[in-house]
Amino acid sequence: MKYLRHVWDHLRKDLRLEWRSRDSINGMLFFALLVVVVFGLAFDPTSYPTMTRQISGGILWVALLFASITALNQSWAREQRNNVLEAQRMAPSPASALFLGKALANMLFVLVVEAVLAPIFIVFFNLHALGNVWLLALILPLGTWALVVNGTFFAALGLRARNRELLLPLLLLPISLPALLAMVQATTGVLTADLDPIQISTWIKQLLGYDIIFTTVCILLFETVLNAE
Amino acid sequence: MTQTAETTRSSAPPSVASTDCISLESVSKIYGRFAALRNITTSFCTGSCTMILGENGAGKSTLLRMIAGLITPTRGRVTVFSEAPHQQRRRVAYMSHSPMLYDELTAMENLNYFSSLHRDGGCACVGNPEMALRAVGLDPKLDRPVGQFSQGMRQRTSLARVLQTDPEVLLLDEPFSNLDAASARHMVELLADFRTWPVAPVNGVMGARTIILTTHQFALAEPLATRTLTMRNGEILDSGTEAHG
Repeated sequence: MKYLRHVWDHLRKDLRLEWRSRDSINGMLFFALLVVVVFGLAFDPTSYPTMTRQISGGILWVALLFASITALNQSWAREQRNNVLEAQRMAPSPASALFLGKALANMLFVLVVEAVLAPIFIVFFNLHALGNVWLLALILPLGTWALVVNGTFFAALGLRARNRELLLPLLLLPISLPALLAMVQATTGVLTADLDPIQISTWIKQLLGYDIIFTTVCILLFETVLNAE
Repeated sequence: MTQTAETTRSSAPPSVASTDCISLESVSKIYGRFAALRNITTSFCTGSCTMILGENGAGKSTLLRMIAGLITPTRGRVTVFSEAPHQQRRRVAYMSHSPMLYDELTAMENLNYFSSLHRDGGCACVGNPEMALRAVGLDPKLDRPVGQFSQGMRQRTSLARVLQTDPEVLLLDEPFSNLDAASARHMVELLADFRTWPVAPVNGVMGARTIILTTHQFALAEPLATRTLTMRNGEILDSGTEAHG
């Protein structure tokens, strides 16, 4: 219970900081919208409706992936300003609570962006899902968590590196490939109805497994990363 | 006033236990080819107030950060209350020359947040950020984010942040650097008062507050110090002698 209170304290602090500065959400939203608009112009959805539907899952996740990278880099930069991270390291609360609080805050920020992006995405790509739309309510949070939990961890890993903005995508993109594959396949499956529900649920299960494994590993390793010199 | 390693004692002493609470044995810290600390062996008595003097780059901050457990020695051993520094985080507080505060939050929000991280520490003062802010002469109701504070106000908020955790060992890295003369004197008085705060007994042994501070303002901290330690090029030139009250 104490642990959860610590997670909540970190989460509340990050939400408050974001509410005051709006650094992460503004940057992410602008970037994601830009990607969607550019792809919307590149592929005429009325000329090739089938093709657009087939690639839209990939475009959605590419937009969210790159947008979330901009926010993830920001999230630890706040802790480095004024050496606040050292105060965090001196505190007796568990380091993993700091990590979970920050990952949850980043998750909420990306979900806000998804909520704004979804209707625009549907309009630009002239989409209507042919499969079970409610499955997206599972795929989107699971996929977002996969990006955010690894992103938060690798952003912390690169904190002391000189080229941390470059380091994060270099580490995050390869390690996210299995999750990206699952989320793109599952999303495309729902939008096109090309996959039967069993195949889609297999991709969702893989995504869930990925989330559980990487969340556990990140929580276990975070204290080492935080205290690395 | 010249910076000497003479021992002074003028502030009201708490009941001082004679044991060492911090001990460094042959400690070195090497960054690449640069030795920030060279073979340092010293100890700090429980209840003492040690002032560390030295030029920039002498190794003062490195020494404090090592005692705080923020960096590990390349060679040698550091113990705080007979354990590794990182195992004593509930009993040690560190204030660096950076304020270690979030610019976007108010002083009260910052202190509430850091207080919550020490919530299960069993400290009497924890959960009383308002009292800590008043102690350093700041209004807890001040509705401005810390980013809009003057350097001196940030320094005082930072001191309130560490005091509210009720530490037994207080590590201060140049605490007077951004303060005007009156605020600096107030801080010295506050630190002298801090040393008299009672400490909950640990394993049946009464404790006492220990302060280690680095400064270039010798005259200011002199009334507070029970021992003066001088450093140069990562070595202790003169470790002084402890004066017990």
